[in-house]
Amino acid sequence: MLAAIVWQSFFFLLFALVACAFGVAVVISSNIVRMAFYLILSLGATAGLFFLAGADFVGSMQLMIYVGGTLVLLVFGVMLTAQSPFISMKTRGGEWILAAIVGGSLFAVLVNRIVTVADWYGPAVATAAATQTAARPAAMRRNNQEPAEASPVVLRDARTATRLGMALSGPRVDRLDQPNPILRRGMSSYLLPFEIVSVHLLVVLVGAAYLARTKKRARGTLGET
Amino acid sequence: MADFFANSVGLPWWLAYLVTGVIQTQLLLIVPFVGAMTFVWMERKISARIQDRLGPTRTGGKFGWLQLLADGIKLLNKEDLMPADADKLMFRVAPYISFTASYVALLALPFASGWAAQRMNVAIFFVLAVLGLEVFGVILGGYASASKWSLFGAMREAAQVVSYEVPLGMCVVVPVMIAGTMDLVAIADMQRGLFTNWFVFHDPFTFITFWVYFTCAVASVNRAPFDLAEAESELVAGFHTEYSGFRWLAFYMAEYGSMFTVSGLATILFFGGWNGPIPLVGWIDAEPDTFLHWFVNFLGFVNFVAKAVLGVTVMIWVRWTLPRLRIDQVMKTCLKYCTPIAAVMFLGATIWNGFLFPGGMPWQNVVLGTVREAELLEPAPVAAPASSQDHVAGGDRNSNRPLSIAARVAANAGSQLEGGK
Repeated sequence: MLAAIVWQSFFFLLFALVACAFGVAVVISSNIVRMAFYLILSLGATAGLFFLAGADFVGSMQLMIYVGGTLVLLVFGVMLTAQSPFISMKTRGGEWILAAIVGGSLFAVLVNRIVTVADWYGPAVATAAATQTAARPAAMRRNNQEPAEASPVVLRDARTATRLGMALSGPRVDRLDQPNPILRRGMSSYLLPFEIVSVHLLVVLVGAAYLARTKKRARGTLGET
Repeated sequence: MADFFANSVGLPWWLAYLVTGVIQTQLLLIVPFVGAMTFVWMERKISARIQDRLGPTRTGGKFGWLQLLADGIKLLNKEDLMPADADKLMFRVAPYISFTASYVALLALPFASGWAAQRMNVAIFFVLAVLGLEVFGVILGGYASASKWSLFGAMREAAQVVSYEVPLGMCVVVPVMIAGTMDLVAIADMQRGLFTNWFVFHDPFTFITFWVYFTCAVASVNRAPFDLAEAESELVAGFHTEYSGFRWLAFYMAEYGSMFTVSGLATILFFGGWNGPIPLVGWIDAEPDTFLHWFVNFLGFVNFVAKAVLGVTVMIWVRWTLPRLRIDQVMKTCLKYCTPIAAVMFLGATIWNGFLFPGGMPWQNVVLGTVREAELLEPAPVAAPASSQDHVAGGDRNSNRPLSIAARVAANAGSQLEGGK
């Protein structure tokens, strides 16, 4: 069963390498259509990472929204607007510096988070078990130090959509270990924030349509004077 | 299977996994390849019968099988052309993107209750997401060809595919809502029993939804009457004007593979998947990992493929019968008819199943034959309609209170953790 773990990390490395390599290719390439293509591959590999982590729902979301939705729009936009001077982009020195500063600081923040969250560099099964400790009887809790072989199986069966759906509409399944029932009642669903965000996006959309509409010229002002 | 290779054959673990992976992917690859071959042959034969074309009814001896061979040899012998101004990398890669998208969608498509390459909790979402990627091959192929015909063809086709994803997704939500799960295996298992249990007969709204779904599916795989994007004679074959030989073949295999996938989805969502009209298989009580169990799965596989191929046949029949729509008519069909109808069907199905007939109609819920306890699906945790829970022998009816659901979900997660040893 040790082989399963090696396999898991093999595919992790593969997907991570593909994502990083094509991410770099996006930066290096100067042809804008190729950039979009490399971005597709990079985001697709990220979706592969999600599937590998057992987050089927997030992986499918990544494919559908980012790869299938946003990038189709991007390629459409490129195809509609790109004329020969814009099709291969030249980057000036100042832009390089600015981009390096922004990207570098974001990278620093992310690295900081990665090394500070203790669970992330422990064994995979420990984190999986820790989130579900509450649901398990005490007898099971005692053998939390299960052999690490269990992790691929756990990852395969993770039911992410159910938990996400319940967190959106019902109780917080990730916080069931809260013993105090009053506190637990306070952690209700994400439904209200979700609705607010949706309505906000709708308002933004309506506003954008309003701004972009063809403005009717006031009749009679031209040609009368 | 990896266990078999490691324990019985004596391979090292990494090699066992590798061999297993290769065998399983090859098994899956058979579906688009053999499917495309069969469908091309069917297309030739059916078109010949419908439109009185002479070639395919004469070539070859029995059943005109030589026509298939003739087509294949013709395609492989064609010169591999590439326009001088083409973006070489994009031009080469585009057909394979299309084909890969169409092929990966098969990963989550179950062929029988035990024969899913990857059983997923969100299988249907995954299939729709991956099928949507096919449009990249079209866009990149059209763009990289350095030809105005191809570019305009790609634009039309991409606009069509992207627009039809909206009503398609809305139609798919209706059976998902009735079943209370996005797991394709579970959805098909819920339609076990007599054919009256199939979701297409579940209520009037699902019946109409099926036809809307089928229309949108035909459009989203670019089949006639919605194939204006690649019309051969009027528009010089749209986005693949510059493609020939094997690359063109890859585009076509993608198209035929997607045809099979969307028909298979229709079969699972509306026509009971691998459950036959009369539940003969349900009477067999098979232990897992026995020959009998394998045989039952095989019968289910035959059932499923028969229904899916029937769907493909209807698509071919429609192609050679109906005239092609103009692009504005195509978009009008999508935005003015399919999308509103799908939305109304969703609303209607919600009201029907939630308030009017929460227990389902009397002819539903007929489960004949024995079903092994282990094969019973877990009750859908999130507020499934009562009608679907009737199918589930193991589900307790009191589970609608939020906290008990939460506890059960957590317990499920815990037990799965335990089961991983």
